[in-house]
Amino acid sequence: MSADPSRRRWLQAAGASLAGLWLAACNKLTENPTSAGVLKSAEGLTRRVQRLVTNRTALAREFTPADISPDFRPNGSTNPQDPAYQAHVQSGFADWRLVVDGLVERPLTLSLADLRRLPTRSQITRHDCVEGWSSIAKWTGASLGPLLDMAGLKPNARYIVLHCADSLEETLDGTGQYYESIDLIDAFHPQTILAYAMNDRPLPVPHGAPLRLRVERQLGYKHAKYVMRLEAVADFAHIGRGKGGFWEDRGYEWYAGI
Amino acid sequence: MTAAATAAARERPRKVLVHRHAAATRLTHWVNVLALAFLLMSGLQIFNAHPALYWGAKSVFAHPWLAMDAADKAGQPIGVTTLAGHRFETTGLFGWSGKPGMGEPRGFPAWATVPSYRDLADGRRWHFFFAWLFVLNGLAYLILSLINRHLQRDLWPKRWQLRPAHVWHEIVTHAQLKFPKGEAARTYNILQKLSYLAVILVLLPLMLATGLTMSPGFNAAAPWLLDLFGGRQSARSIHFISAALIVLFVVVHLIMVVASGTWNNIRSMITGRYAIEVDDVARGDARQGDAR
Repeated sequence: MSADPSRRRWLQAAGASLAGLWLAACNKLTENPTSAGVLKSAEGLTRRVQRLVTNRTALAREFTPADISPDFRPNGSTNPQDPAYQAHVQSGFADWRLVVDGLVERPLTLSLADLRRLPTRSQITRHDCVEGWSSIAKWTGASLGPLLDMAGLKPNARYIVLHCADSLEETLDGTGQYYESIDLIDAFHPQTILAYAMNDRPLPVPHGAPLRLRVERQLGYKHAKYVMRLEAVADFAHIGRGKGGFWEDRGYEWYAGI
Repeated sequence: MTAAATAAARERPRKVLVHRHAAATRLTHWVNVLALAFLLMSGLQIFNAHPALYWGAKSVFAHPWLAMDAADKAGQPIGVTTLAGHRFETTGLFGWSGKPGMGEPRGFPAWATVPSYRDLADGRRWHFFFAWLFVLNGLAYLILSLINRHLQRDLWPKRWQLRPAHVWHEIVTHAQLKFPKGEAARTYNILQKLSYLAVILVLLPLMLATGLTMSPGFNAAAPWLLDLFGGRQSARSIHFISAALIVLFVVVHLIMVVASGTWNNIRSMITGRYAIEVDDVARGDARQGDAR
């Protein structure tokens, strides 16, 4: 082993430059459209393989009341300041209506009371944030599948887009409005519900009052809160910035099963 | 091999080049180096999105067993790492780091993550791309190594190597940085075999399995993984710990590479040729295969 200080300095300098080059190269590769496209190709592979090995109706793990998190963390919008939403909060969501339209035979307008009369499901499930943490809660809501059957999807409907009441980002063109989209496999999954209750109480504002999506086999950002409208579409290229959701428009995967 | 060996013997009578690593081993080794480097650094990027770890199915936010946070000390931001209830100040490394005046709260520092700036979405893209490369490369390695009998012949310990006296002898000589020479250097020693097997058959598969256990989609396909690891947050913790163990292995591996002849080892993993000394040297110089 050499103890020559000039050699050590040289090695340190060389090491630091190599590390700097590596980081700069990685950042460049992240921003370059071609290499970003290569990295992105893994998403399609993941989605296809997961769909291949998972039964369409395979359920997410359900838990017991003892497992419910006392510290369930609200994330994203927690108190939307959009005036229309604030008006609904003031009136206790009395005039709130869910609109179901797009590629459906019978567009619907449903009040919370209407939703409570639809086939319901309760489930105690784990909510996995893309950041890495998990919280558990009991969700009660209208099963999405029967609701969509009631509206009658047209044959060319492939996705359900959920339009939300909250703007998570201030933008001039309105693309800061939260939205999400799921395909029909997830839309008709038995655990996919429009939840109006959390832990046996009306859904609180930080968690998406009065209605949020639960799509249990995917990460938290797919579980759209403050849902106002369901739109059946053939594709979502014309909505928001075209990637199928608020976070998808900002680089996150459309398929959030991983 | 014979021609190369005679040629080498003519130049340096005490050294011969032997065929050490098959092409399949060498190629998969370097692909694995690439994949693991990116997996580690993008993994730290993902960790930084919520730099705290828990046991069980869910996060109890008040009680992480490991957390890296920013805190305030006399008006100055500091980094604080909490490990099993013990608090350590780790400013500049964990919890708070960055160039002077440009510090920011972050778990691991910029030089350890891909991309260097905070970007969970891109970190995930890098991670899952290289996860696929890692899995396909690992499968290729396992299949090829079973076919060419690398696993059975080179890696699987011989019964006599597992005798406690022999294992102890190897530990003592390794600690003294004395390595097997001559004929004994043709094959892996027992410490190499055990550590390579532990990484190949335990740690790397554990990384994959705990990684998949964090996937809510894969949970529906294989809920038994949740039971095996004690829940999603436990899986995340085990994923982090086994990554740390792999880093530890790599550090020791690199020290051993340098201590037992840097260029000879690196050459053997590139060209496959490894120099060994056929005549035992009586002097106490323990370094063998030093090509310089």
